[in-house]
Amino acid sequence: MLIITCPWCGARPEVEFRYGGEAHIARPADPSALTDQEWADFLYNRTNPKGLHAERWRHIHGCGRYFNALRDTVSDFFVTTYKAGEPRPDIDASSGGNP
Amino acid sequence: MQKFSGFELFRRALGGHKSWQPQWRNPEPKAEYDVIIVGAGGHGLAAAYYLAKEHGITNVAVIERGWLGGGNTGRNTTIVRSNYLFDESAALYEHAVKLWEGLSQDINYNVMYSARGVLMLAHNHHDEISFKRHVHANRLNGVDNEWLTAEQVKEFCPPLNITSMRYPIIGGALQRRGGTARHDAVAWGFARAADSRGVDIIQNCEVTGIRRNASGAVEGVETSRGFIRAKKVGVSAAGHTSVVMAMAGLRMPLESYPLQALVSEPVKPAFPTVVMSNTIHAYISQSDKGEMVIGAGTDAYTSYSQRGALHITAHTLDAICELVPQFRRLRMLRNWGGIVDVTPDRSPIIAKTPVPGLYVNCGWGTGGFKATPGSGHVFAHTIARDAPHAINAPFTLERFRDGFLIDEAAAAAVAH
Repeated sequence: MLIITCPWCGARPEVEFRYGGEAHIARPADPSALTDQEWADFLYNRTNPKGLHAERWRHIHGCGRYFNALRDTVSDFFVTTYKAGEPRPDIDASSGGNP
Repeated sequence: MQKFSGFELFRRALGGHKSWQPQWRNPEPKAEYDVIIVGAGGHGLAAAYYLAKEHGITNVAVIERGWLGGGNTGRNTTIVRSNYLFDESAALYEHAVKLWEGLSQDINYNVMYSARGVLMLAHNHHDEISFKRHVHANRLNGVDNEWLTAEQVKEFCPPLNITSMRYPIIGGALQRRGGTARHDAVAWGFARAADSRGVDIIQNCEVTGIRRNASGAVEGVETSRGFIRAKKVGVSAAGHTSVVMAMAGLRMPLESYPLQALVSEPVKPAFPTVVMSNTIHAYISQSDKGEMVIGAGTDAYTSYSQRGALHITAHTLDAICELVPQFRRLRMLRNWGGIVDVTPDRSPIIAKTPVPGLYVNCGWGTGGFKATPGSGHVFAHTIARDAPHAINAPFTLERFRDGFLIDEAAAAAVAH
């Protein structure tokens, strides 16, 4: 089981959290202007990287809040977690961070 | 190819079994092929076999990063069934079941397909009406599926506990033609059959890039053993499909999750069929070696780590212990994870891509093994003709753009 650091509550076991999928997917500002392909990209296409992944988690059995995490999808190591609305930290997988 | 038969076994036994040849070659890659398949799992090897057998295309390479059959083909729970709800899915999976029925003879390799039945348990009213809907939809599509009462369930599978549990069993849907097959034998059998028709299976050769020409069409693949030219490349890379397709600049509607399974110590025959329960999330069958093969769920998060969390397997074992109380004393021998590529509608993609000469067979998610021969068969057709077979025509990449989803997500046997 993963230990995940909620930016508000600290390190907690994975079962307190819900996974929220890829982070930083912004809802289109002008939905009616999008083509069908752009809608498919927004709704369905995902980066699904082998390596660092920016993703959303929700501390559903804790504070209830969403936050973002950078996790290495090869080792499942959490490089960092950060609050929703903050930009993706500019770090790579080798730089460590909180476990 | 040395034909396998009872007579051959006897004849070579007299010679101390010293005259058997390797079942496939281990060739060096050629500079150019007509078709390259990326990924030597069951689906990729089956595609290569049917390319050679049905379309006369034998200048084919199957390129594999590790060992053939070493990915999800060797990690699944070996269940075969075709009781899917929607017409498109029923046609695809039924195509596969029909091929399973004659596969051992076709490829002269015992894949141990055992039609012992797949029984899906209903624990509540919702399950019952949902399964009955499946039964009716399946029968309209010519797929066998029947409703059993709780007593009939108990009669068909006596080890089941149907009453003294938190969610008692109130009935079940049984597909008698469903069952299991020997997963490794499927990979080995297709590898041997494809190799004997001239297909090169190149193992320990990782694809590191897909080269495209000025007009955007595929020219070949960069590998850890150099560039290999081909006008057509079929990607059959399961959990790593997003990674391979990104080499051609394509984003896919896929997410890769760990899916776990485990086996018990081997015991005498004690479980006659395949049992699945969506509501309490468990599925179980007994392998011919005697191990109980148990499928757990996917982990919550995307990962390529090929392992998952213990609480996922523990949850499944809770359910198994309720379903079959006598298995509480079984010790678990091994557990493992495979990386499955999941589409938003839980249906696969077997299709051409926007890149000329690039084809993809992916998105089988948590249930690709059952489709292995059918999937390879229609993927080979798609590559050879540059157009889909009628059966895989609905399973395009563009369905996500055009809104023609095949939404088996709500119709799967177990919720993942």
